[in-house]
Amino acid sequence: MSHEWDFSFLITYSGVLAKALGSTLKLAIVCLAAGMLLGCVFAVARTSRSSALRFVGAAYVELFRNLPAIVLLFWCFYTIPLLTGIGNDRFLTAAVAFSLYAGAYFTEIFRSGINAVDAGQWLAGRALGFTPFALFRDIILPQAVKNMMPAIANETIEVVKLTTVAATVAYPELVYTAKLLSDTEYRPVEAYTAVEGVLLLALLPLAVLLFRLERTMRRTN
Amino acid sequence: MTPILTVTDLHKSFGSVEVLQGIDLSLARGETVVVLGGSGSGKSTLLRCINLLERPTRGIIEMDGQRIGQMNDGLMSYRESELARFRARIGMVFQQFNLFPHLSVRDNVSIGQRRVLGRDRKTADDRAIVQLKRVGLAEKVDAYPHQLSGGQQQRVAIARALAMDPAIMLFDEATSALDPELVGEVLTAMRALRDAGMTMLIVTHELGFAYHIADRIVFLDQGRIYEQGTPKEVLLAPRHPRTQDFMRGHTMFRLPEAASSSNAG
Repeated sequence: MSHEWDFSFLITYSGVLAKALGSTLKLAIVCLAAGMLLGCVFAVARTSRSSALRFVGAAYVELFRNLPAIVLLFWCFYTIPLLTGIGNDRFLTAAVAFSLYAGAYFTEIFRSGINAVDAGQWLAGRALGFTPFALFRDIILPQAVKNMMPAIANETIEVVKLTTVAATVAYPELVYTAKLLSDTEYRPVEAYTAVEGVLLLALLPLAVLLFRLERTMRRTN
Repeated sequence: MTPILTVTDLHKSFGSVEVLQGIDLSLARGETVVVLGGSGSGKSTLLRCINLLERPTRGIIEMDGQRIGQMNDGLMSYRESELARFRARIGMVFQQFNLFPHLSVRDNVSIGQRRVLGRDRKTADDRAIVQLKRVGLAEKVDAYPHQLSGGQQQRVAIARALAMDPAIMLFDEATSALDPELVGEVLTAMRALRDAGMTMLIVTHELGFAYHIADRIVFLDQGRIYEQGTPKEVLLAPRHPRTQDFMRGHTMFRLPEAASSSNAG
């Protein structure tokens, strides 16, 4: 078996690929922001003194962590229009599905980061007369974030990669675009190789950045 | 003179285990009281109930004659803001130091002043230096807790509590986690505090130290106070069989000859 590698068509379509990368990043950024926000809210619920709130937090995590992302995506694809009356929007579908999915993971990351802070820190803060909110903000959170950094970096990269699943509902990100190109040019090998290259070029700097951030935080301890 | 702190009929249960079974205790201004007792006697729980880190199941705590909390149907309830204000007036030193590892020594001692007492940074930092000098650690202001020895960390913790200008200091086995050679420096800092007139309630296993520093010793066993009195009375001539048992268990405790002259006043 021999294959004549020919990437020349990619030059013709470089604008299309750039646009696809833009769509990938847009979806990733929205899902990361919304996922972290959901993570904050539900992590607070999961570590709350109220058992009702703890239950809500646990229910959220178990519901969205135990469904495959693709199932969630298809489910959102069909039910969001039904529930909201908004017409089928591929970006919205993917953003909602992956935010809920990532939110469940971020909840667990934040929760474990908070729980890993020594109980003596709460005692010492309370004994000094801190209110619970000020104690959390000034004493617990800075230490928890430091604990969480490796896991946050992991999940951030995971979410960027997850956005490629949105190809299955025809959201025009990198993989979907590559599929179109390979069908048009009959060059699947080159098209998907290009996607790998673009994703790696986007993710490697992100990974380095996150690692540097983690190291800086560790140094200040 | 009204006692600075009064505890009346204090009970605390964890599930079905009643750790404190009705404690009555009061502290006079400037008094140093040492609480002795075996493990599981409720000493630490007593301290944590006094500054309401643990909610007592029953009982009343008064400071300067003012009751803390509201009584409803015989049960006390406490508002968070009231608890925070009350705790800020009671300094606490823990067995495990519990310094804030992400903050410098200076910030460890000043953050409570800024966030709780509303002092500005300059005032709080100046006050931090004063308290750190007092425990002999002024040169460590820029260090982080992990760069300090256990004894130094505990002295920073003492400075952190003192910087809040507390009316009372609680010490919960402040030297139990320290290597033997580091115990002395912490005890010295505590003794200096007592000599400066601080009101202190101390849980310790250092019987020799207790003998020399205490105005009064309280013996706690299974959540009850069985005996209290001057160090001489409780340590040298315990009356209650449980105290006698406890003292027999501490065969290592030998009083220096010089201590036989009065040292308890």
